[in-house]
Formats: sequence, C-alpha cells, structure tokens
Amino acid sequence: MHGTDTFPTGALAAKSLAADAEDRATAAALGAERVPAPPSEPDFWPNVHAPDAARTVTADVARLAPVGRRHALLVFLSNPTAVAGLLILAVVVGAALAAPILFPDDPLEMAGRPLQWPGQNPRFPLGTDALGRDVLAGLVHGARVSLLVGASATLAGLLAGILVGATAGYFGGVVDDVLSKLIEIFQTVPGFILLIVLVAIAQPSVPAIALAIAAVSWPQVARLVRAQFRAIKEKDFVAAARALGFGHGRIIFREILPNALPPVIVLASVTVATAILMESALSFMGLGDPNVVSWGSMIGTGRDLLRTAWYLSAVPGVAIVLTVLSLNLIGDGLNEALNPRLGGEG
Amino acid sequence: MAPLIDVRDLSIAFPRATPVRGLSLTVEAGETVALVGESGSGKSLTALALMRLLPDAARIASGEILFRDRNGAVSDLARLEDRALRQVRGRDIAMVFQEPMTSLNPVLSVGQQVAEVVRLHEGLSRRAAFARAVELLDLVRIPEPRRRVGDYPHELSGGMRQRVMIAIAVACSPRLLIADEPTTALDVTIQAQVLDLLDALRRDLSMGLLLITHDLGVVAEWADRVAVMYAGRKVEDAPFETLFGAPLHPYTRGLLAASPRLDAGQHYSAGALAEIQGSIASAAGEEGCAFAPRCPNARALCRAAVPALDAVAPGHLVACPVTTVAAQREARHVLAFG
Repeated sequence: MHGTDTFPTGALAAKSLAADAEDRATAAALGAERVPAPPSEPDFWPNVHAPDAARTVTADVARLAPVGRRHALLVFLSNPTAVAGLLILAVVVGAALAAPILFPDDPLEMAGRPLQWPGQNPRFPLGTDALGRDVLAGLVHGARVSLLVGASATLAGLLAGILVGATAGYFGGVVDDVLSKLIEIFQTVPGFILLIVLVAIAQPSVPAIALAIAAVSWPQVARLVRAQFRAIKEKDFVAAARALGFGHGRIIFREILPNALPPVIVLASVTVATAILMESALSFMGLGDPNVVSWGSMIGTGRDLLRTAWYLSAVPGVAIVLTVLSLNLIGDGLNEALNPRLGGEG
Repeated sequence: MAPLIDVRDLSIAFPRATPVRGLSLTVEAGETVALVGESGSGKSLTALALMRLLPDAARIASGEILFRDRNGAVSDLARLEDRALRQVRGRDIAMVFQEPMTSLNPVLSVGQQVAEVVRLHEGLSRRAAFARAVELLDLVRIPEPRRRVGDYPHELSGGMRQRVMIAIAVACSPRLLIADEPTTALDVTIQAQVLDLLDALRRDLSMGLLLITHDLGVVAEWADRVAVMYAGRKVEDAPFETLFGAPLHPYTRGLLAASPRLDAGQHYSAGALAEIQGSIASAAGEEGCAFAPRCPNARALCRAAVPALDAVAPGHLVACPVTTVAAQREARHVLAFG
C-alpha cells in the first residue's frame, strides 16, 4: 500500500520545471541572451514532509464505515450467484412462513391414497408417501423446522461464540488460556458424535436440537471472534477509547465488536447451512423431534422405499441441497463484499 | 500553588529494560511544556504512563505522579485503582494521539464519538450530548459542524480528523491535555493550524498542555518550557527562551545545531548538516552519562556516575557536570570581576 498514492509534490515540481522550460523557450525566441537557470528547486520545499503515513491507513479505515457498508451491499447485489442464493432462500423462507396458510392441516395426517407419484394426482403435486401423507405439505412444513433450527442454533452459537471469543481475545493472559483450552476441548470431540450424545441425553425436541447444534458450532465462532479481537484491540482507536476512560464493556461491545463483525457474518451464513444439515442428519437417523415433520425425517422414512419410490427421498433431498446451496452462495457473496483481503473496492 | 501534575522520580520498566529512569516533570495549569527527544528516548512512554496506559509488559517501577484535580485534591495516579483512574481519563486528563487516521473508530460517526465521551463523563442525555458534540466541533473550527457531525472518519481529511480528536479530548474541559506528536502525520500548513488551535484551547480552557514532539520548530513556537530527554532521562529543563538562547547540555546543543535553518544558505546542497555522531543505541550498557559515548566534551567523570540534574539558574536544570562546573565558574567569574 505504500507509495500507491503519489503526493502532488512530484507532479507540481514537474509542472514547474516544464513551465521553466517553456519560459526559457519563449525567452530564447524573444532573443534574450540568457535565462537564469531555474533555481535548484529545494528552496521551494524547505519542509516537505513524507506524506505516506497520512495515507496508508485510509483504505483500511474506509472499509467498514457505513459508506463502505453501502458499498459492500452494492458489491453483494451485483454478484449474480449471491443474488441467486438470496432468491432461493427467499422462496424457502416464504414457503416456511406461508405453510400454515397453504397447508392448514397437520402434515403428518393421512391425506390420500399412499404412494402416488408426483404428477399422478393434481391434489398432490409432489405425490404422497407410504402412509398417504402429502409430500408437498411435508416439504413446506419441513422448511419451517429446518430454518427454525438452523437460525436459532446459529443465533445461540453466535451468542456463545462471541461472548467467549471476545472475552478471551480482549483480556488475553490467563483468561485467554483457560477459554482457548475450553474451545479446543470442544473442537477435539467429533462434532456429530457430540451432537448425537447431547440429543440422546435430552428429549428430542426442536429447542433441544437447536441448542445441541449450537453447542457443537460455537467453538468455530469463538475462535474467529477471538482472533479478530486480538488484532483489533491493538488498534489506535481502542487505545484512544481507553484514554477517554471507557470501561471494558463499552470498549468490547461498542468499539471493537462492530469492527470484528464482517467475517462473523460470513461465517454465520455457513453455520446456518451446517445446522440445517445437522438437523436433517439427526432426523434421518430418527433422532429428531418425532412430533414435527422435517426434511431429514422425510428422507429417513423414504429410505425403505428407495428402489420403488425414490422421489420420497429425492424431493426433500433437493430441498436441502437448494437451501444449503443458497446459504453458501450468500456466504460467498458476503465474503467477497466484506472481506478486505479480497479487495471489494474497485 | 502546587503544579497541576508533578511527576517525581518516575521509572518505567519492561522485563528486560528500563526505558525511563528517574524522570521528574511538572506542568502548571495554563502552561505548555514540551517534552523533546529523539525516537527511543522514552517520551511517548512517559505520556502513556501519566494516563496509566502503558503496554501490558511495562510497569511503573518507581515514582509518583501527583495530579491535582479540579477540586484541588491531589492523588497519585501511579497508585490509583482502575475505577478511579477511568474517572480521571478523558475527564481530567485527555490525550491527543499522533495518528488521526487510526485513532477514530471507523464504524461510528464523529458526532457519536464526541457525544459518547460527554455522555460518559457528564451524564448528558443523548440529545444534549449530540448538541454538545456540534458545539465542540464548532469549537475546534470544523466548518459546518451541523453537517459534519454525521460524517464518518474516512470522509474527513487528516487535519479534520485531528480536529475531531481534539474535540473529543477537550470535550470535558480537561485540566491537562497530553498531545503525543499531534502533528507528525499532518503536512506543514495543517500542522500550524492544529497547533494554533491547541494553543488557543489551552488559553481558553486554562489547561496544562504537555506537548510531546521531536520537532524543535514546534517547540520554539508553542512551548513555554522545554524538557529534553535522552535515553530515558531528563538531561535539561529550561524556559524555552533559555533553551534556545543558551542551551547548556551538549545533547541539546547538538540537537539545536542539527536542526535545519533557512538562513545563511543552509541547504543540504550547500554543505553537510550538523549531526550528533553515533546513535541512541550507544547508551545501552553505559555506566555513567548515557550521552557520554557521543559527547564531544566527555571526561572520565562522565562515565563514572549518572550525572544529577543541577540548577544552573532558577528554572534551568542541566544534567551535565562538565557544563555545570564551567557555567558556575563563569558565573563566579562574572560576579567577582564584573
């Protein structure tokens, strides 16, 4: 970044030299004998200061400021794959929100003759399963569960991860040592095994599953936030905030956290996708909440009929793929827009 | 009246080094004291120590920092507990940092950042604090403060940002303002404006101003008194007229001789600039005077013990036995023979 900005000195000097040359040329043309040589320029600039210190940091500062945020939004929206992801997610969210209106009956109720293929009966556009339940109704209600679990698990994970990571990164020392070890302990246990154990211990209900997934996913958030805090707490504006008598809480939440958030937001979108996959996997294995229909449980029940009625697994499978894909696309778009190392600025 | 801040015998220690040793310094209310020295002489560390903002590894090894607050009560900042210290920081003692580009939080508007301090220390409501922020931006002569108050740091130039930093610093009318090389990152024209502003605010708010700089031009124009530091010790302390008119310590003389002048064709192309031989690193491991390895007048006694600060005239302290003895002899000579 050093030296990318040229201070006008050079340009000005060049200009004045050019002007001098011109003067001499005119003078010569007028027949003047001799033009005094241009004063060896130093007299003009007795105190010129190196400009770079004032400029190098500007780009970093500009990155996160609200205009930068507006700029990031533009970068995000001009990215076709990110917009595609956003549209898919919007459809899924819309379906989830509209589920009670579109299919007011319990999706676990028998609705018609079992094992009708998609397109066979206009009443059931995506067919019915082995118990005669409407697949489309299950899909739409399943979206509620998947998104609810994904979002609430991510929220809880973010909350825990940010609290632990911020505390460890900001205070450092012994606090950091203890919390880092705690994070490592959680990371050494294979996530899905831990998840199964937690769900098996607790009653399988939607809140319990969400909390269990959060318990598995917070260490990643905590590590990221810790790294961010360690870097940002060394910045001058944090020292300035301390010099103003701000307390730790104010410095953590008002000064550092907003600056640490962009990569966390990116991670969050991927965490939602992972949480949806985890919930599906749990339900597939029959460890999900038995009272609600979810995409994973639909695949799980369709597994027995995979050779005769593969659509029972394929339809919710496609729904999972699309939702997770959309979240990953959004994550990539956010990363491109918010990650300073990728250079969102033109 | 007791001085505003009275630093006595302050030493700052890192695990392996003691970059500031036995420093004493006073600042009176309404006075501008310049702390001068080259990089590594410990001046910035001293400033941070006054606010107890030293890096984690450093600690105040000895000494007192006696600060007289607005009620006249004197407390030792070196021993104050954290909560009380936070009351002092930003309210009684404020600091302007060297780098205005990075000293403002990029995600908050400048108005929010000014208002935040006022709300914290003076308990104003959100609305009142915002109005105060506009006033303060006006006070530091930012044009159209009402419009600027919503701007974010990156939308302002370096000079404007430093003005915002100053607005934040003087928001609670501090008794002492510490400015750590406030203009190093700015160009010369802005430098003069910012220092003029600091000087005007010092007068209006009758603050003490501790100006940390390595720019003798700045010292000459704005300081009332100058303390020169070398390798963590104060080597000379004098009113600025004395220091520029009759510097005594060889280091001070060297510094003044080395500063470029515009008169007498003093340009680098016209001849070499005067310099002080060697570098500050040669002070490492030195027994006596830290400047002895670079000093043209060094004698055996300089290397024997660390020279004490002697008063050669009222308000003029020098830590150089060779010079002091010579000066005193001269003074006696003048007394005896007129």
